[in-house]
Amino acid sequence: MTQSTSTANLANGPHHPDLLRIATAGSVDDGKSTLVGRLLYDTKSVLADQIDAVNRASQARGLDGPDLSLLVDGLRAEREQGITIDVAYRYFATANRSFVLADTPGHVQYTRNTVSGASTAQLVILLVDARNGVVAQTRRHAAVMALLGVPQLVLAVNKIDLADDPQGQFAQITADFAELTRSLGWTDEQVLAIPVSALHGDNVATRSERTPYYDGPTLIEHLETVPNVHERAGDPVGLRFPVQYVIRPRTAEFPDYRGYAGQVATGTVAVGDEVVILPSGTRTTIEAIDTADGQLPAAHAGRSVTLLLADDVDVSRGDVIAAVGDAPEPIQQFTATVCWLGDKALRPGARLLLKHGTRTTQAIVGSIDVRFDEQDLTLIESPEALELNEIGRISVQTAEPIVADDYSHSRESGSFLLIDPAGGNTLAAGLVGDALDQLHLTPSTVPA
Amino acid sequence: MSIDTHISPFGLDKTEGEFDTLDALESESIHIFREVAGEFERPVILFSGGKDSTLLLHLALKAFWPAPLPFSLLHVDTGHNLPEIIEFRDEIVARHNLRLHVASVEEYLADGRLTERPDGIRNPLQTIPLLDAITENRFDAVFGGARRDEERARAKERVFSLRNAFGQWDPKRQRPELWNLYNGRHAPGEHVRVFPLSNWTELDVWRYIAREQVLLAPLYYAHEREVFSRDGMWMTPGPWGGPREGEALETRSVRYRTVGDGSTTGAVLSDAADNEAVLAEVATSRLTERGATRGDDRVSEAAMEDRKREGYF
Repeated sequence: MTQSTSTANLANGPHHPDLLRIATAGSVDDGKSTLVGRLLYDTKSVLADQIDAVNRASQARGLDGPDLSLLVDGLRAEREQGITIDVAYRYFATANRSFVLADTPGHVQYTRNTVSGASTAQLVILLVDARNGVVAQTRRHAAVMALLGVPQLVLAVNKIDLADDPQGQFAQITADFAELTRSLGWTDEQVLAIPVSALHGDNVATRSERTPYYDGPTLIEHLETVPNVHERAGDPVGLRFPVQYVIRPRTAEFPDYRGYAGQVATGTVAVGDEVVILPSGTRTTIEAIDTADGQLPAAHAGRSVTLLLADDVDVSRGDVIAAVGDAPEPIQQFTATVCWLGDKALRPGARLLLKHGTRTTQAIVGSIDVRFDEQDLTLIESPEALELNEIGRISVQTAEPIVADDYSHSRESGSFLLIDPAGGNTLAAGLVGDALDQLHLTPSTVPA
Repeated sequence: MSIDTHISPFGLDKTEGEFDTLDALESESIHIFREVAGEFERPVILFSGGKDSTLLLHLALKAFWPAPLPFSLLHVDTGHNLPEIIEFRDEIVARHNLRLHVASVEEYLADGRLTERPDGIRNPLQTIPLLDAITENRFDAVFGGARRDEERARAKERVFSLRNAFGQWDPKRQRPELWNLYNGRHAPGEHVRVFPLSNWTELDVWRYIAREQVLLAPLYYAHEREVFSRDGMWMTPGPWGGPREGEALETRSVRYRTVGDGSTTGAVLSDAADNEAVLAEVATSRLTERGATRGDDRVSEAAMEDRKREGYF
């Protein structure tokens, strides 16, 4: 394969690698830490002293070779129990791409971590053991990924070398997974199953001699070439620019400068664009797009800039600057899907804070309409409450209008947090709209 | 309104089409700085004059340009810094017209609030002066230059890390961090540590420093220095001790890859005299920066985890 991970090349080459955010999901028993360790090891993202530490620790445990999972299992409690208890972030790079990997634990009690890791992921690697195939947990994880709108999935069919009938089992697992992902709304182009051995490195960075029945890319090749997109469906919304901060130097050099600082959440902003300030509805034009490195003619999603407006309008933190002709209606009463992260259950009538974009406002939860039953992928009507790690659909009322889109149209503009006004803890991950309904959950989504 | 024309001090003349890894990381860091400015009353940047805090300051200045920085700086001075670093720190503060608070470990040792450790290492002594400075100045957000790729216990750190009144970090009680929505709410007496460089790697840092021509303290570039060898590291003699019996002083061309307490931070042999040369050296290096030159991270597998629980970084 053409994977020259010479770091000198990375540093000095004319090529500028882009950044892809990925996450892993699956259980520790399926070899997830070993797979992540293997990704770091095979892309030469682990240096000599870290390898030495792993070798020493592996020897101390009486192992034959280096245990690559030790590269990633960091906290003492985890090493003692051999589990992963929290999201950990790992970094690796090839000549073509840099990766931020959110490594999330697979245990049910850590659904909140799966949701955290998947919330920013453009691709998720789901891990299964070739000998067990697609299990209940795989289906749960896939449903959560669908809910969160993760655009790309990879099924790493691990320990393929231990399967009795590797070819037959891989074919069966691929078919089961395809059925599952289609039912959850992914197209076949967005999903790939790869037979791997994390322990021996088959099809991670190097093509395996042992899998002649598989002619697709290695895991690394695939990660390097998937589209760098954030949305699952191609119906993007226009400009959404949540104003973070008003820049007013009031210095002798810049007496009248007033710029609106923020990060372009979706769409593109260009000089001369007609825009609307929401929720007020005031219209104006983009006079200039400023950065400390000079002015830009346009800026795309992800770039932090400062917008200068043609008119002297009233804009403050929490407002959204949107494209005229594609501006969302500000809302104060809406339906949302939430993953509940609080230790105390959510009950109807709860008074909380809601943070959407750069606006934080008071909110009341009206009703809890359905709860998602993770065990059999069905919806339970009118539950009394949502407990820790449960997902459900609720109705929300806010004190101030928010400028949001349906989550299925924009992960940036459709996401929010619910926060405990007393202690400040984050209590829920929220998705504006009927994300649960869009999964078309029925018991038939479960392969027999 | 009229637009002020300006010549930016950064002036990279980038085209809007390009958006590579470094651009993505820069925009993310700037977003974090602006979130804190929008949500907190009294943020402060930990600034030691070292590489990561110099980069942190560079990004913060970019985030609010052309307005002055809306934060002050805080340095927890162990008293064991190389003099060049303090000189550089003061130069930067003067150049950008910033406000620097200094919390001095030496003062704590002098009046008995702290006691020198038997091994003479002072980094662990920074915790109490830091927490006192946070309390006295009522800082509610404290920016640090830590990166998640530095050490395994840091891989679990959040961008916004809530600390109680004792500065403690509990890995099992961290808030989930979702999308790019940061939750900075906290009770009185608590504060939030904020790490805008969370997703940068060491190589990203050096590539960016070279691209932006960020000027670091001179220690980071090759220079002739009187050093002695200890535990495979090249140490500078100073008030922290050395050379001991059997450690010979010699003049070598060295540079520092990280700058910390003089008693535990060593230099590496190098001829890399500018950012490009340093970048080339880092890119081909076979040792991570801490493994090569930071004695305090070698203490134990769980050393960093323990220290973070105590309120250190």
